[in-house]
Amino acid sequence: MLKANNISGGYDTTPILKNISFSVSKGKFLGILGPNGCGKSTLLKIISGLLKPTSGNVLIDEVDINKYTSRQLAQKMTVLPQLHTAAFSSTVRETVSIGRYPHQSGFFSSWSNEDEHSVMKAMEQTAVKKFEHTFIEYLSGGEKQRVFIAQALAQSSDLLLLDEPTNHLDIAHQKQILDMIRKEVTDNGLTVVSVFHDINLASLYCDELLLMEKGTVRAFGEPHEVLIEHQIKDVYEARISLQAHPEQPKPQMTILPDVKKEASEKKVLRDHIKIKEEYVELKLNFPLRVLSSAVHNAGLGWYSNFINRTVKADYNIDKVKEEFLQYLLDEGFSPTNTVGMMTAVDTKNAVIKQYNASFGDVFVIVTAGIGNAIDVSQAYKHEDSLHIGTINTWVVINGKLSDEAFVQAMMTATEAKTKALQQEKVYDFRSNSIATSTPTDSLLVAATQQGPLMQYGGPITDVGKVIGRGVFEATKEAIQIYRKGD
Amino acid sequence: MKKKTIFAYTSSILFLLFSMWLGVSNGSVDVPLSALWDSSTNPSLYNILWSIRMPRVLLAGLVGASLAIAGAAFQGLLKNPLADPYTLGVSSGASVGAVATIFFGISIPIIGSFTLPIFGMLGALLTLIFVLSFARLVDRSMKMETLILTGVIFSSFLGSCISLMIALTGQELREIMGWLLGSVSMRGWPYVTMIVPFVIVGSIILWLNRRELNAMMYGDERAQSLGVNVKRSKYAILAGGSMLTGAAVAVSGTIGFVGLVVPHMTRILWGADHRHLLTLSFLNGASLLIICDLISRTILAPAELPIGVITAFIGAPVFSYIFYKQRRSRG
Repeated sequence: MLKANNISGGYDTTPILKNISFSVSKGKFLGILGPNGCGKSTLLKIISGLLKPTSGNVLIDEVDINKYTSRQLAQKMTVLPQLHTAAFSSTVRETVSIGRYPHQSGFFSSWSNEDEHSVMKAMEQTAVKKFEHTFIEYLSGGEKQRVFIAQALAQSSDLLLLDEPTNHLDIAHQKQILDMIRKEVTDNGLTVVSVFHDINLASLYCDELLLMEKGTVRAFGEPHEVLIEHQIKDVYEARISLQAHPEQPKPQMTILPDVKKEASEKKVLRDHIKIKEEYVELKLNFPLRVLSSAVHNAGLGWYSNFINRTVKADYNIDKVKEEFLQYLLDEGFSPTNTVGMMTAVDTKNAVIKQYNASFGDVFVIVTAGIGNAIDVSQAYKHEDSLHIGTINTWVVINGKLSDEAFVQAMMTATEAKTKALQQEKVYDFRSNSIATSTPTDSLLVAATQQGPLMQYGGPITDVGKVIGRGVFEATKEAIQIYRKGD
Repeated sequence: MKKKTIFAYTSSILFLLFSMWLGVSNGSVDVPLSALWDSSTNPSLYNILWSIRMPRVLLAGLVGASLAIAGAAFQGLLKNPLADPYTLGVSSGASVGAVATIFFGISIPIIGSFTLPIFGMLGALLTLIFVLSFARLVDRSMKMETLILTGVIFSSFLGSCISLMIALTGQELREIMGWLLGSVSMRGWPYVTMIVPFVIVGSIILWLNRRELNAMMYGDERAQSLGVNVKRSKYAILAGGSMLTGAAVAVSGTIGFVGLVVPHMTRILWGADHRHLLTLSFLNGASLLIICDLISRTILAPAELPIGVITAFIGAPVFSYIFYKQRRSRG
C-alpha cells in the first residue's frame, strides 16, 4: 500500500530525516513514535507529499506519489493534520461534505448520489449524524475531532494519515476515536499511518510501530518488537518499565519517577501484627508490594493493611465480595489499601512466627483448618461441594523481591505447607491418602521492597530458606493447635 | 437544505430588483414605473430615469457587488472575518493607482478608457502583495490583529501619498475629498461600461474557486491533501479580488466596509458555504450599495452626502461587533 524508500529531507536549512525506509500493507495500522523533535511530523509531511524529500521516494500502490495529480493523490490518500476550528461556522454536514472535494470536478460539479452516500456513511461510522445540522463550534473537543475524522472518511481513500488524532482529549474520547479508527482498519481494510505521542495508546491500537530517534529509524515492527524496555529508555531518555496489558497481548509502559526517597525507615515489626476478636491484622503506614490469592484485592499490588477475618461456619459465601467490602468499611479499613482473607478458624489459633534473616526479619502467620483437607492428585475423583476448612498463610518479608522472586516465594511457601501436612499426617478422608492442602487455601507474600534486590526466591536462596522453614513450622504448629481444639 | 438555498437566491434577487426600483424611482423627482418603457408621455422623466438614475443605480450595484464578493473571498482565503478590501488597505492602493491616473492624466492608447480601472487594479494588487508579505514577516500565522494593523499602516501611508499628489497638483480640495469618501454620482454610462468587464471576469475567477475556498477553511495542508492546488487557487483569488476592488475604486473612490458587512450578514443568514456565499454576497452587496446611495442623496436633499459616510456609519459598528465576538470566543 504505502512504501517509503530511503527518505532523507526536512526544511531548507536543517536536514531532519536520514534514510528512512518502511512499508505498510493494506489493512494495517502503523504508529510513528519518537521523542519531540525527532522528525515524526516531518516524516508525515513527506509521506503526504506536502514536503519534497531531498532523496528517496514515497510509493502508493507501487507508484511514486509525484506521478499522481493532486486530485488523484487525494483519492488515494487522506491527510488529517492537527486541526483547529475554521474561522467561520459551518454545520457538521457541511464540514463532512468538504471531504468529497477530490471526487467532484467540472464547472458546476454537482452533488452525486455517491457523494451523498459517502457523507452519510462517514457520519454514521463516526456517530456524528445526530449533530448533522449543528454548528461545529457548539461541539465538544472529542465530537469535533470525530467530525474531522468523518470528513477524512468521506474522502473515501484507502490510506489515512493522522497527526496525533487524540491530542488534548480525555481518555474516554481517546478510546472512542481510536476504537473507531481501529474498527475501520479491521472491518473495512483501511490503512492508517498515525503519529502518536502516547506510547501505550500506540501499542494498544497499532499493528506495527516505527520508533524514530533523531531523524532515523531506531526500530520498526510489531509492538512487542519495538517496545523493549532498554530501547525506550534510550530513545526517550526516561526511566520506564514495561508490563503486559491485562487484556491485550500488547506491552504497556509505566514511567518510573525519580523522586527522593522518604527518610523514614520502612520496616515491618512484630508489634504491627495484632490478633483481635474477629481478625488478625497487619497495619502499616506504608504500603508493601503484595502477591496474593486473597478474597479482597487479590493479585499483584501495593497495600498497607492486611486482615485475616474469622467468620462463622454458616457464612453465606454467595455475596462474599459485597459483604467483605462492607465489612472493611464498617471496621474503618480503606478498601483500596487493604488485602483481606477469610477463615473459619478462631483468631486465637493463629500462629505468628518471626525469623531473623541476613536481609531482614521475615514473619509467617498461619491459620489452619484441615477438616476438608484434600490430596491434590486425587481431587479429580471428588464431586462433593466445599466444606469449611482453610489454611491461610501470610509471608511478610523485610526485603526487596523481583517479580520472579515473588512467584518463586509463592511456590516455596506452598511446598513447605504441603510438607507440613505430610509430616502431620493429615489425610484426605475421601481418597484416604495424605492431603496436600485444603480446597480453599490462600497465600500472601508481601515485601517492603527496601534493601538490596533479591532476584530469586527458590528453596536454596536466602529468602527461600527462611520461607521454607517458616511456613513449614508455622503450619505444623497451627495444625497441632487445630487438632487440640477438636 | 436545498429549499433554504433556493429561498436564499430568490429572496436576494427580489431584494435586488426592489432596491433597483427604489433607486431609480426616488429622488428630487419621483418617477413612475411606466417611465421605464414609456418615452412619449413624459420624455423628461424617461430621460432622468435612463440617463441619470439608471446608470447611477447600476454603478452603485456593480461597485457594491464587487466589493462584497471580493470581501467574502478575502475573508475565506485569509480565514479572517475582518478582512475586506478596505481594512486590508487594498482600496487605498487602488485609490493611489486611480488618483495617479487622473491627476497625472495618464492614458495608454491601446486600453483607452480602461486605463483608469487597470491602474486601480495594479495599485490594489501591489498593495495586497505588500500587505500580505509584511503581515507574514511580522507573524507567520498571520493573526487577525496583525493583518488589520498592517492594513491600517498601509492605508495611512497610501493616504498620505494621495494627499501629497493632490497638494502637488493643486486641485480643489473639496472635490477630491468627495472622491476619497466615495461616490457614484454624476458618473453616467461610460463608467458603467468601464467597470462591467472587470466585474464579470473577477467574479467568475472567484466563483470558480468557491469549493477551493471551502476546503481552505481547514488550513492549507488539509486543503492540499484534499487535492486543492493551493498555490494556484490563492493567486487566482488574490488576482480576482484585486481586479474587483481596483475596478470598483477606480469608478467610485474608496467606499469602506461593504466587503465586511455584506458577507458577514450573508453568512449569518445563509451559512458560510462559499458555493453560495460568494453569489449571495454579490447580489446583496449590490442591493446594499444601491440603498446606501439612495439614502446618501435623499437624506439631506438637496445636499448630497458621500456614500462612504453611510457605509462607514453601518460598517464601523459591525466591524467592532465582529472584532469583539471573535476575541471573546477565543477566550
